Amino acid sequence: MNNAMRATADPAVTVEHNPRAVADSRWRRIWNANAPGYFFLLPWLIGFFGLTLGPAVISLYLSFTDFDMIRSAEWVGAANYVRIATADPKFAAAMKVTLTYVVLSVPFKLAFALLVAMALNKGVRGLPVYRAIFYLPSLLGGSVAIAVLWRQLFAGDGLVNAALAHFGIAGPSWISHPSYSIYTLVALSVWQFGSPMIIFLAGLRQIPTDMYEAASLDGASKFRQFYKITLPLLTPVIFFNAVVQTIDAFKAFTPAFIISGGTGGPINSTLFYTLYLYQEAFGNFRMGYASALAWILVLIIAIFTAFSFLTSRYWVHYDD
Amino acid sequence: MTNGITTAVAAPPSDITKRSRPASVVIHTLLILGSLLMLYPLLWMVSASVRPENEIFSSTSLIPSSIDFGSYVRGWTGLDISFGRFFWNSLVISVLTVIGNVVACSLAAYAFARLRFAGRNFWFAIMLGTLMIPYHVTLIPQYVLFLNLGWVNTILPLVVPKFLASDAFFIFLMVQFFRGIPRELDEAAMMDGCSAWRIYWKIMLPLSLPVLATAAIFSFIWTWDDFFGPLIYLNDMNTYTIQLGLRTFVDSTSASDWGGLFAMSTLTLVPVFFFFLFFQRLLIEGIATTGMKR
Repeated sequence: MNNAMRATADPAVTVEHNPRAVADSRWRRIWNANAPGYFFLLPWLIGFFGLTLGPAVISLYLSFTDFDMIRSAEWVGAANYVRIATADPKFAAAMKVTLTYVVLSVPFKLAFALLVAMALNKGVRGLPVYRAIFYLPSLLGGSVAIAVLWRQLFAGDGLVNAALAHFGIAGPSWISHPSYSIYTLVALSVWQFGSPMIIFLAGLRQIPTDMYEAASLDGASKFRQFYKITLPLLTPVIFFNAVVQTIDAFKAFTPAFIISGGTGGPINSTLFYTLYLYQEAFGNFRMGYASALAWILVLIIAIFTAFSFLTSRYWVHYDD
Repeated sequence: MTNGITTAVAAPPSDITKRSRPASVVIHTLLILGSLLMLYPLLWMVSASVRPENEIFSSTSLIPSSIDFGSYVRGWTGLDISFGRFFWNSLVISVLTVIGNVVACSLAAYAFARLRFAGRNFWFAIMLGTLMIPYHVTLIPQYVLFLNLGWVNTILPLVVPKFLASDAFFIFLMVQFFRGIPRELDEAAMMDGCSAWRIYWKIMLPLSLPVLATAAIFSFIWTWDDFFGPLIYLNDMNTYTIQLGLRTFVDSTSASDWGGLFAMSTLTLVPVFFFFLFFQRLLIEGIATTGMKR
């Protein structure tokens, strides 16, 4: 408090034109103004430099080396990246699987999330119960237990085929058939549409009801109201959900790992990008190569995100 | 089918009072069917865990012919190390993570939301930037670092980063909340000569219990369910979390003890389900605010 008083007082009075004292008090003022903020930020700053920025720079360096954790890293220039781009069939397979997963799971997930959110937004009785039930799979979904369950549901002698047998359909062995295995993972992802659903619900709540009333009076059909009011006003929320879900889908790991027993099989049909990265880093100890794979993943996500933000100008309406 | 939904769904909320009965019946029917479809796999797993072994695969019904907890006994001791050990390991890591996240993230969030210092906006932008970066980029150097520190096969690599606010998502969540607390409160305290620390401790934290609880619950659930971190850092079975234990169980069930597997799977979900039951509102609000920028 005393310091603060002195800092605001005229320095000429307090320090009698002694230039060193003036400089001193200026430093003290700078210190007093900034120290508390940096004190509170200290844990995060240590974490940022020690666990994020530092390692990120090192992994960028490692991506240009051959590094197996035993011998020291050996500089190989862009060789890792060249091999990824031109001579790595497993990378191509992982890319194809991951993109398939993203392209199939995200739109379905968002569509279900929006449909259910709209149904719930109509003031149905028992809304909290329904909302809870639809959200529950999202909350449990990341666990090994659910992946184990899924593996059983879609096994050759699993529940899905037992259910199909009731209708006289002989289903394939979903998880061990390269043409179908990825769809079981897509189904698992779509089953977890609860989080985007809740965000949609919050967004729908913000749409003023009198807009619909006005449209009703003007004789707009329900479908037209949806198309002209609901959809445009929800675009920021749709955009948010789409970006978040897509980034998440690129990073998916656990279900593919459990369902394929860590292999990404059959025939690389469930080789998610992150699963391939894991195999290279912690299975084959090709740490340099895995670092390059990690940076390619960042690049893909960055390109996708930048593209989303650039194109969002044309379809996302912010009511500013 | 889909047509039915869109026309029913597009009705404005204002129509609730005068909506025709059939429409609401249709919506309810669809919602109930949807709920059953969502819950069916989970319910089936629970019922499979208490069925007699020979009945698991033959039945799509949810009602077991007789209840038998033998699967739980078999599963609990199905590996060389009992599941009790895995549960304890998971609990220790999860609780420490909760403490780390709540303490470190609230400190940083208070600085970002309330304190004025040079470079605040710059660091805030950096913090938001770290939300975007996939952790795979830092994974390998971090692993080498922790290996050299001799931390592999201990819980330290999984817990220490949390005390350095590595889960930036929670900082973001708390900043959003802190900004909603009236500034007059801390400004008045500042006038009275309170230090930043006292304001944080006596005003901010007590007023922020909802967001702290939300962060704590999400921390717990995500850590409890985390598979990747333990998979990399814990190689000795004594240090395994339940997720690793469960995966080992899957790989070792050459004898195919499906009942035991489903019993243990069910048990791993119990704590998460408990949180869901008791703190549903906090969880749902937490999710909703992340999507709302205002």
